[in-house]
Amino acid sequence: MATTLSAAPPRSRASRLRPAKAVSNCPPVRAGVSVVALAVVLMGTTALAQGPTFGVGRTPSADEIRAMDISISPNGAELPPGRGSAKEGAQVYRAKGCQGCHGAGGVGGAAPILKSKLGPEADTWERGRVLPVRAPYAVLVWDYINRGMPLGREGTLTADEVYALTAYLLSINQVIPEDQVLDRESLPKVVMPLSRSEYALVPDDWKPRTRRLKDYPF
Amino acid sequence: MAAKRPARREFLKNTAALASGLAVGAVAPAAAQGPAPAASPASSSPPMLKDTAELIRYGDRSKYVTSMRIPHGGRPTPDTFGLTFHVATPLQDSVGVVTPSSLHYYATTRGSFLPDIDPGKHTLMIHGLVDRPLTFTMDDLKRLPSVTRLHFIECAGNRSSPRAKNVQESHGMTSCAEWTGVLLSTLLKECGLKGSAKWFVAEGAEEVKGASSMPIVKAMDDCIMAYGMNGEAVRPQNGFPLRLMVPGFEGIFHTKWVRRIKVVDQYMINYNDFGHLDQDAKEAALGYQIGPKSVITYPSGSQRLPGRGFYEISGLAWSGGGVIRKVEVSTDAGKSWKVAEFKGTPQRMAHTRFGLPWTWDGKETVIMSRCTDELGSVQPSRVQIAEHFHKPADPSFSVPGLDNSIQPWHIASDGSVTNGYNS
Repeated sequence: MATTLSAAPPRSRASRLRPAKAVSNCPPVRAGVSVVALAVVLMGTTALAQGPTFGVGRTPSADEIRAMDISISPNGAELPPGRGSAKEGAQVYRAKGCQGCHGAGGVGGAAPILKSKLGPEADTWERGRVLPVRAPYAVLVWDYINRGMPLGREGTLTADEVYALTAYLLSINQVIPEDQVLDRESLPKVVMPLSRSEYALVPDDWKPRTRRLKDYPF
Repeated sequence: MAAKRPARREFLKNTAALASGLAVGAVAPAAAQGPAPAASPASSSPPMLKDTAELIRYGDRSKYVTSMRIPHGGRPTPDTFGLTFHVATPLQDSVGVVTPSSLHYYATTRGSFLPDIDPGKHTLMIHGLVDRPLTFTMDDLKRLPSVTRLHFIECAGNRSSPRAKNVQESHGMTSCAEWTGVLLSTLLKECGLKGSAKWFVAEGAEEVKGASSMPIVKAMDDCIMAYGMNGEAVRPQNGFPLRLMVPGFEGIFHTKWVRRIKVVDQYMINYNDFGHLDQDAKEAALGYQIGPKSVITYPSGSQRLPGRGFYEISGLAWSGGGVIRKVEVSTDAGKSWKVAEFKGTPQRMAHTRFGLPWTWDGKETVIMSRCTDELGSVQPSRVQIAEHFHKPADPSFSVPGLDNSIQPWHIASDGSVTNGYNS
C-alpha cells in the first residue's frame, strides 16, 4: 500500500520552480545567455524551451487539428462562414426533431427548457439557467448546438442550420429581434442580457496549494 | 499526532474486551442446546457456493452483500431517453477509503449516454499554445512514466438537506479510487507549453462533447490522464478508456472519455462552465476547489444502534486543499470535540478514514465530525458559513460553492439515527 499510494510527490512543485531556478543559476557570462534567461522569465513559470523528453506520440496534421478543434473563443474567432435567421431556425427546429426532447417552442419537453418563462423585463438571474438567456456570450449557444445536438446525430447540422437555430433560440427569449440574421460577424456582437458587470466567472488567478478563496477560513 | 495515541490505546483495550465478550457469548448458546442429535455443531458447514467458469474468470460479491448505488434526488436514471444522470454511492456501507469501481458515484454532463469507446481507436490530441501538438494512442500513454494515487471525486451538487434520510442521499456523490495514469504535466512538457499558455480546455468524446476550462497551473501541478482505476481499466461510467483527474476540483472538471486538450490564453467558457457563472465574485471563486469536508458514516441516518455500549464511530474526511491533518468528533451536539484516529496515512485529495471509540449511554444525542486540512482550513457549520456571508442561516440559505458544512446525526434513545440537519 505504502509504495503504490504515495503521498504528494514533490515532483510537480519542483517542476513549477525549475525555470526560475535555472535562471538564477545562469551565469551572466555572455549576452546570449542573458537573452535566453530573459526570454525564460518573460515566458512565464511553466515554459522552458526544450525538446520532447520521451519522443512518444505523433504530430497531428493541420487538417486533423482543424477537424477535431471545435472550440469557439468568446470573440467568435473560430466561427465558420454561414448565416441564419430565427424564421429559418424555427423550421430547422421542427425539421430536425428538436421538439421531441425540448418541446414545441422550447418548453414542455424532457430535456432542458430553451425558453425562459419570464421575459426580458424580469431580472436575468430570475429568468433561470436557460442557455440562450444566461450565456455570457452568444457564441456559447452556437458552440453547444454545434458540439452536442441533435442527440444521436451530433455533427450533422450545417453551419447555416446552427446559425439559424441560435437565432431562433435567442429570438424566442427576446434577446434579438425576430428578423436579425446571424453570421460570424454579427453573432459575437449580440448583446446578451447579462452585462459583464452583473456576473463573476471563476477567477483566473487561482494558485495550487493555496486556500480556495483569500480570507475564507473554510 | 500525540493526542491520538491514548484514543488508540483505549480503542484497542475496548476491542479486546469486546472480542472476549463475543467469544463467551458464542459458546453459551451452543452449550445450552443440550446433546447434539447427530454431528456436533462445530463440524457442520454452511451451504456451498457453486462456482462457475465465469465467476472464476471475474468474481462477484456475496449474495448477502446488497449495497447499491441509487439515483440522486430520486430522479429516474436512466430516464426515458436512456440518459444517465447522477448516481450516489452507498457510503453508509463503506469501509476503508477505496470505493469499489462498481459502486463509485458518477454523473454525466447534463445527462448523456455513456459512449462505448474502442480503446484501440481512441486518441488524445493536445494542441493550441504548444510548440509541438501531439496525438497519443492509449498504447502511447501506457509507455510513459505513470503515477498511481488515491483521489476523491465529488459532485458540486453533493449537498445535504433536511430531506436526506441517510448518508447516501446527503453525501453519496463523493467517492475515492486509486487512479493510475500519466501526469498531464508530463504530456504538456512533451508538447512544450508556450509562454502565453494560461488556460486549458479538456473535452470528452461523448455525444455532447462535454468540455471544461481550467487554469494551466492546475494542469502543471497534479492533474492525471488516468487509464487505470482500482487496479484495472477505468470503467465506462467513469470515463473508459481515459479520464482527466483534477484532484480537489469539483467533479465536473474531471473530464471523462477525454479526447482533446487545447491550451489557450483566456478563459474559454464552455457549456459545462456555464453553471459556474455567479452574481457574486466571492461565490464564483468557490467554484473550483472543494473545501475541507467530513461525515460520519457509522452510525448514520437510517441505521439503528441495538443498545447502549461500545461503538467505534467511523467516517470519511477529505479536502480539495490537500491532506487532512485533523478530524474531530463530537458526541454531545457540538459542545465538546475529541480528536479522531486516522485509519491509514492520509493522502492528498483523498478520502481519509477516521474512527473514534465511543460508549453510548443510551441517551438521546447528536454526533458530528469536522476536519482541518493542510492549509489550515476548517470544516464549518452552516451557521458559520452564513455568518461569513452576512446572511441568516435559515432553510433558504445555500452554501456557496460545494457545501462542505458539518453533518449532524441525531440518535434517539431507542438507537434510531436520523438526519440532524435542523438540530
